[in-house]
Amino acid sequence: MSERDTSGPGGRQGAEEVGGLEASALQLAAQVRSGARSAVSVVEDHLAGIAAGDGEIHAFNHVMEEEALAAASRVDERLAAGEDPGPLAGVPVALKDNLCTRGVPTTCSSRILEGWLPPYDATVVARLAASGAIAIGKANLDEFAMGSSTEHSAFGPTRNPHDTGRVPGGSSGGSAAAVAAGFAPLGLGSDTGGSVRLPAAYCGVVGMKPTYGAVSRYGLIAFASSLDQIGPFGRTVADAAALLEVVAGHDPLDSTSIDAPAPAVSAVLDAGVEGLRIGLVTELSGEGTDPDVRRRVAAAAEALEAAGAKVEDVSVPATTLGLSAYYLIAPAEASSNLARYDGVRYGLRVDAPTNGGMNVASRTAGFGDEVKRRIMLGTYALSAGYYDAYYGKAQQVRTLIIRDFAAAYERFDLLLSPTAPTTAFPFGAKTADPLSMYLTDVCTIPSNLAGDPAISVPYGLGDDGMPIGVQLLGPALSEPTLFRAAAVLEHSMAPTGDGGPAAGRERTT
Amino acid sequence: MTFLTTDAGVGTIVEPFTVTDPSGQAWELVVGLEVHCELATATKIFCGCANEFGSEPNTNVCPVCLGLPGSLPVLNRQVVELAMRLGRALRCRVEPSVFHRKNYFYPDMPKDYQVSQYDRPINVDGELELPDGSVVGIERAHLEEDTGKSTHVGGGGRIHDALHSLVDYNRAGVPLVEIVGRPHIRTPEQARAYVQELRAVLLATGASDAKMEEGSMRVDANVSMRRAGTDELGTRCEIKNLNSTRSLVRAIEYEARRQVDLLSAGERIVQQTRHWDEAEGRTHTLRSKEEADDYRYFPEPDLVPLEPAAEWVAAVDAALPPLPAARRRALSDRTGAEQATAALVVERDLDALVLTAVDAGGDPDRLLTRAANDLAAADVGALTAPAFAAVSRMEADGALTATQAKVVLAELVAGGGDPQAIAAARGFEAMGEDELAAAVDAAVASDPAAWQRFVDGDPKVAGLFVGKVMKATSGKADGKAVNALLRQRAAG
Repeated sequence: MSERDTSGPGGRQGAEEVGGLEASALQLAAQVRSGARSAVSVVEDHLAGIAAGDGEIHAFNHVMEEEALAAASRVDERLAAGEDPGPLAGVPVALKDNLCTRGVPTTCSSRILEGWLPPYDATVVARLAASGAIAIGKANLDEFAMGSSTEHSAFGPTRNPHDTGRVPGGSSGGSAAAVAAGFAPLGLGSDTGGSVRLPAAYCGVVGMKPTYGAVSRYGLIAFASSLDQIGPFGRTVADAAALLEVVAGHDPLDSTSIDAPAPAVSAVLDAGVEGLRIGLVTELSGEGTDPDVRRRVAAAAEALEAAGAKVEDVSVPATTLGLSAYYLIAPAEASSNLARYDGVRYGLRVDAPTNGGMNVASRTAGFGDEVKRRIMLGTYALSAGYYDAYYGKAQQVRTLIIRDFAAAYERFDLLLSPTAPTTAFPFGAKTADPLSMYLTDVCTIPSNLAGDPAISVPYGLGDDGMPIGVQLLGPALSEPTLFRAAAVLEHSMAPTGDGGPAAGRERTT
Repeated sequence: MTFLTTDAGVGTIVEPFTVTDPSGQAWELVVGLEVHCELATATKIFCGCANEFGSEPNTNVCPVCLGLPGSLPVLNRQVVELAMRLGRALRCRVEPSVFHRKNYFYPDMPKDYQVSQYDRPINVDGELELPDGSVVGIERAHLEEDTGKSTHVGGGGRIHDALHSLVDYNRAGVPLVEIVGRPHIRTPEQARAYVQELRAVLLATGASDAKMEEGSMRVDANVSMRRAGTDELGTRCEIKNLNSTRSLVRAIEYEARRQVDLLSAGERIVQQTRHWDEAEGRTHTLRSKEEADDYRYFPEPDLVPLEPAAEWVAAVDAALPPLPAARRRALSDRTGAEQATAALVVERDLDALVLTAVDAGGDPDRLLTRAANDLAAADVGALTAPAFAAVSRMEADGALTATQAKVVLAELVAGGGDPQAIAAARGFEAMGEDELAAAVDAAVASDPAAWQRFVDGDPKVAGLFVGKVMKATSGKADGKAVNALLRQRAAG
């Protein structure tokens, strides 16, 4: 753990007082499975860490104290009975609060879902439970995952554990901050335009967006259905890989789920990058990218070359159109996905003399400004007479992006870029100017439009002492190759410890 | 949704229904029907809930059909199977299709959008052949999900001034197929025949139970008028709330006259949706197209395009049952049945019985007449084809009169048995020609005045003499033979 981390927010220090919170998920699982520690003690330690530190960080909307302890007891009972408690036995996981949890508040950080208790678990939540992992709390997010800073939460922002004056990134800021602060070794987020990778970069943890369809979306409250994908957070590449393996794989409840088993990523982590061809995307690290970010990306390229990969510049021209296309497609789908919050069946209802009046009053009171902005954008983009010029055109751009990526992948196995043009920014820096906020996702959005996987790996600190993430991108189903390269980057940071991945980086595979 | 294209009627030409305005200008009717049918699947279109009419409200529901946050649709294979079965029965092509979202707010629609096929429907370009030989084009037959059902309490049952509303989501997500007919219908009766024929096809294919009264079959009529003899389509109005074929006929006639009143006064028809009020016998404006919602259709991202394999379509074809039009044709070909008789016999599901009886040596004419007039639909009790054939033979040979044949038939339906034995037990013996002639002569002699009127050419009096003969012979005489003898006597 770096000096920077120990001088960080009080929450972090609080976590350290409890002890054991630096252990990786795989270490904890190994301890629990071997009987060296009980799952209950692991959960109790993490709950104590949250109690001590989350007052300041506000990573969680809701801590699942009772449920987590009960689940940990069940893991311990299974062990005592000689049963296999699963590969992630006793490991706490922070769940983004747009993942449905049966009987546990699920809010999307929105007033409109106040009081709603889902009657079912998301597929990923059920799979976590089956793996022995312990859902420890519902993590904060930008309302309905719309944002890049977690400032657009109806319940207040999450603070970056590395500097509580700065945002953790978004929209999965709560999950990223929880993992960075040691509240849980693992987190799940959702990534629609970079919402896992950006906060991972800002908080100095590993964050991954799988191939579209690799992880079931059943029970993920939709923002933009054709772009949404659930992804793992971990403090180590190996932890993120283990979490992906548990939640991925075909799900008959999601029609867009890929009919294939979870990718085997843990087994290849030590395979290295010898002979891999890696392209440095010129369009994603040009103007607007901070010099210190560029330096860290160059360092990553060198590290990959040192490990035997061949790195060259590559142009993927259509990626420059990604942001514009994204801000038509995502709001269009959102405008339809969020129509159901009408006050009729669940969540907030503000009474009015007519049904239509009640719909309007409920939505007016229940949604925040950013959500309203995107609903209006999307409604406009789909309107008769505008569809072809906006939504239709954006879909054509999406096809261009897919085509340009495909061309690049004819020559390269993977691509490399910054995860974000800058490090985490101070609170309020971009809230007045939505466009500048949208620009923070410029490097991550193209993968969502293409449906391809990408991973953000912490790779040192910026001039401001804040973490910098580098992004590896690959073609559909290239998760094993991505994780191999991510492991090489992580390893290249380990010996000198110049601000690289913080705690728990010890490899256990 | 309406997709009116050309006006190219095919098959037998139907004389159009016309309304003549006070100036003497004749206007002719053009109708296109849109029919929604609930598919008879065990479960709903996108989830595993039961597709069941009449359950306790909100018991056949789950996160998917309630549209709860995070839920996702998965297309039911049986829905596709039944839709294709219907499509192929309507002579449609099955094409790769895409689901769209139709966005609008309504409390009985859980997601505030309806998943429906839009510009890429599963079935396109078919036709429906009616019993009169006319053929109505089918634009498309596409899939969509049904909404829940609202009950508005107080305020006249409409949402606007209701005190409160109740919603039952059991129906939400029930699979629907919308069959969009081309504007080839020319008369209210043809519209009725179209709906009845469509219903017969739906029942034959097992695609739907097609009950208008339970709402599993719902008909909307697009009605327009044009100057008689012209080809261009006029502006149409869509009529909803047609709960029976009787309402359909009445509503079309009413709407035709309403539109002609406007047109003849020089006014323009405003394209709009109108509500049929069965009690008042008139249509009311629901909403005009100008103020119609913008549904913001876009491809449903939670579903993948539907592309049934050619083998699947071929299997559907191979399993199609004989359809009413083909059955009518087969019946006419084998028996020489008139169009109307063939239609009636097939509608009653008696064609197979008649054809088997023909094979067993029955008399085709007598079989058709008895099937069309004297047997109840489908349920023929203990009557077998050989027995039916024997009765028809006895009737044709003069061993039984028509009246006697009906009695024997009724007994066979009730309890089966041997036709000869039943006839003998009832004392139904053929009446000798001399005996009949004597009875006719006696009847003629009993009322000379009436007889003179008959001779002078008043055919109505024949019934009087037939009645006398029947009475004298205790119903044994054959009415047809009596009539023939009467005409013979009058001519002689």
